[in-house]
Amino acid sequence: MRDRPVEERIKDFDEVDRGLSLEEAMAEAERCLQCKKPMCVSGCPIGIDIPEFVRAVAEGEIDEAARIIEAANMLPAICGRVCPQEVQCEGECVLGRKEAPLAIGQLERFVADEMRRKARPVPKCKPPTGKSVAVIGSGPAGIVAASELARAGHHVTIFESLHEPGGVLMYGIPSFRLPKEIVREEVSRVLALGVDLRLNHLAGRSVTLEELRQFDAVFIATGAGLPRFLGIDGENLCGVYSANEFLTRVNLMHADRFPEYDTPVKRGARVAVIGGGNVAMDAARVSIRLGSKVYLIYRRREEDLPARKAEIERAREEGVEFITCANPVRIIGDEWVNGIECVRMEMCELDKSGRPVPRTIEGSRFMLDVDAVIVAIGQGPNPLFAGMIPDLRRGKEGTIEVDGDGQSSVPKFFAAGDITTGAATVILAMGAAKKAAASLDRMLSGDEATA
Amino acid sequence: MFRIQKAARVAENIFEIWVRAPHVARNAKAGQFVVIRVDERGERIPLTISAVEQDSVRLIFQVVGKTTEQLSRLVEGDEIRDVAGPLGRPSAIERYGTVAVVGGGVGVAGAPMIAKAAMEAGNHVIGIIGARSRGFLILRNEMEGCCHELHVATDDGSYGAHGFVTDILKGELNRREIDCIWAIGPTIMMKAVASLTRPYGVRTFVSLNPIMVDGTGMCGSCRVTVGGETRFACVDGPEFDAHRVDFDELMTRLRTYHREEKEALLLFRECAAREGGR
Ligand SMILES: Cc1cc2nc3c(=O)[nH]c(=O)nc-3n(C[C@H](O)[C@H](O)[C@H](O)COP(=O)(O)OP(=O)(O)OC[C@H]3O[C@@H](n4cnc5c(N)ncnc54)[C@H](O)[C@@H]3O)c2cc1C
Ligand SMILES: Cc1cc2nc3c(=O)[nH]c(=O)nc-3n(C[C@H](O)[C@H](O)[C@H](O)COP(=O)(O)OP(=O)(O)OC[C@H]3O[C@@H](n4cnc5c(N)ncnc54)[C@H](O)[C@@H]3O)c2cc1C
Ligand code: SF4
Ligand code: SF4
Ligand code: FES
Repeated sequence: MRDRPVEERIKDFDEVDRGLSLEEAMAEAERCLQCKKPMCVSGCPIGIDIPEFVRAVAEGEIDEAARIIEAANMLPAICGRVCPQEVQCEGECVLGRKEAPLAIGQLERFVADEMRRKARPVPKCKPPTGKSVAVIGSGPAGIVAASELARAGHHVTIFESLHEPGGVLMYGIPSFRLPKEIVREEVSRVLALGVDLRLNHLAGRSVTLEELRQFDAVFIATGAGLPRFLGIDGENLCGVYSANEFLTRVNLMHADRFPEYDTPVKRGARVAVIGGGNVAMDAARVSIRLGSKVYLIYRRREEDLPARKAEIERAREEGVEFITCANPVRIIGDEWVNGIECVRMEMCELDKSGRPVPRTIEGSRFMLDVDAVIVAIGQGPNPLFAGMIPDLRRGKEGTIEVDGDGQSSVPKFFAAGDITTGAATVILAMGAAKKAAASLDRMLSGDEATA
Repeated sequence: MFRIQKAARVAENIFEIWVRAPHVARNAKAGQFVVIRVDERGERIPLTISAVEQDSVRLIFQVVGKTTEQLSRLVEGDEIRDVAGPLGRPSAIERYGTVAVVGGGVGVAGAPMIAKAAMEAGNHVIGIIGARSRGFLILRNEMEGCCHELHVATDDGSYGAHGFVTDILKGELNRREIDCIWAIGPTIMMKAVASLTRPYGVRTFVSLNPIMVDGTGMCGSCRVTVGGETRFACVDGPEFDAHRVDFDELMTRLRTYHREEKEALLLFRECAAREGGR
């Protein structure tokens, strides 16, 4: 196993997966059939030339492999770790029909980590165009857009409301899945291109829409950071958190090290995490590391859990107790939470997406004694800045509507990432940002041509 | 890093600092706040923007825990790690007619900017400020300058009228037509103002102070119930219609970290004592 042993890893926030050695990577790469029509590539949202880079790994040509990956993916150390490979590249790999699919994510991560150990040259930028772009938000979409636009010769300023750049990569995904130095390295590589980063700047407030209009273009990458709540009784008791709050307290503010760090968090003796996605798994596994007994309550069946398979498995190994086909109806307590009341669900006919629709079973109420509840049932698009822009067309959930090139309904305003799709994935945010940055660059260059 | 331009003790346990933060000063309006972090290990805490001068903003705070104690020890030339803002919606300043701005305790910090803005919008502004006793009173002179009339109360009668700001407000409500009221201070005071003005049907804004983390609408820590709906004070507020706020819930939620806060403060004091002061 590449994972650190359970007893060891649940005591700290260091990375769980140790990754491959060179020998292991080369041996794994050997398994690739080098398909003429590689299905894996069609499964990768950014179309990395997987057989090519895998061949290079098999031959021990890691620099070459890195060159191939980086042609398509600027954040391979991150994607190799957090992509839901089983429904993307690895899900399509033909090897998967008979045996385990090729561990493409692991190989990508291996190559990226090897490169991180070397002094990587800063990519060259084109000569300055004299154009300026404001990028709002420094999550994966913002980082990628800034990098692409800076390399195209534009002057880029990123506005980020938090005190650290990285978006969800920093405040949401725990360090045991994605070590923070990786995020910092990637951000500093982008800054080395001459990008200006303004932390503590909330677009719409610290810098107004009018001020932003002074830029030649605005790239909105504000993400889907708006936590949803259940809307049930007791949800505002002390000890009820949104996953965002809980994870931010621990990941960004280091509440796990309170009082060495000043931000506190409730270390529940028994914690209920509501939800079944990556966010829920992360909240559950962080709680385990804070010493809690953790119940994960999910309304559908186990096989419907939307989180990455590997993380579900790890959560289970670490002692998270899964209570599936159950739904909370009430949180109980005086000031503090002391219990949660749930009902059992049964699965009925399939909905349009082919998933069964959960329905409450009458008279199936049951109670769990818990002293903290973490609500991880999803996040909506960040409404604040988008809501301030007149004539900006938005979807029904509050997403920003864009065309295939990331152009919004307002001229010179582009958008990509979770703010356009709702909560999705790092790779989709990156891919869309890259495409939108390219079309933004064309627009700015077009200006030049007609000027 | 953000430089402290000036630091002073202004009353019993209450301090002010002027912080150089051009990005905040440039667009700050009455009713808004900042979130600051003193150092690398610091908590993010919200403080009302109390005044703006050129590149700097004034923050006035009461020492209640570790972070505010740490802030109180800063002197001119020191730096703090982060200042984010201005955050929150600006006060809904309009030409209402006669406006009362009611401030209690350290909450008076937010009163002058609101009073000034209300005055500039053409309102007749009545200032009502109060504190436990004379030694806790802040910004009296400044409020004098930005209200048409100023009333002062102390709980113990050591200065101004003997009693609460609500007593004065009640007298004024009975005496004349007031069109709009701002109340900013301890939650219990704002709750009292809300109960007082409800029967009069006077539009009343309160500036809520729930526990915050990011201050940008991302975590939901600051959620409050207003008119039966969940709202985030950092982006939907901090000012809300007083008559629709669930104050009891807010007061409960403010107690969430009492134990941890005490622990942090004690530890900080111990360390500070060992290091011999600052
Ligand atoms: C806990 C958790 C676990 C996840 N796990 C995975 C996973 O394993 N694999 C995967 O692929 N995806 C995962 N995701 C989803 C993935 O992280 C997101 O899809 C991705 O980060 C979206 O990128 P983004 O750049 O669009 O937005 P974000 O990463 O959300 O970044 C937006 C940034 O904009 C800033 N911002 C917002 N408004 C403003 C404003 N007005 N002014 C200035 N700055 C602003 C925010 O502070 C933030 O830094 C996870 C998400 C969470 C929350
Ligand atoms: C919008 C807003 C504006 C504010 N403006 C001012 C101001 O101008 N002057 C001032 O003195 N105080 C103000 N406060 C309150 C101030 O933020 C808290 O006093 C401060 O966070 C306490 O930090 P601490 O570490 O010193 O104390 P802690 O030990 O953290 O807490 C002590 C007390 O402060 C409360 N508190 C703790 N953390 C927070 C938090 N993040 N937000 C709110 N309350 C908290 C606790 O309930 C507790 O009663 C404001 C709060 C809000 C939400
Ligand atoms: S970027 Fe993601 S989907 Fe594409 S090859 Fe890498 S791990 Fe697979
Ligand atoms: S589908 Fe699998 S075996 Fe075929 S090229 Fe891709 S990784 Fe190799
Ligand atoms: S403080 Fe986090 S949402 Fe308001």
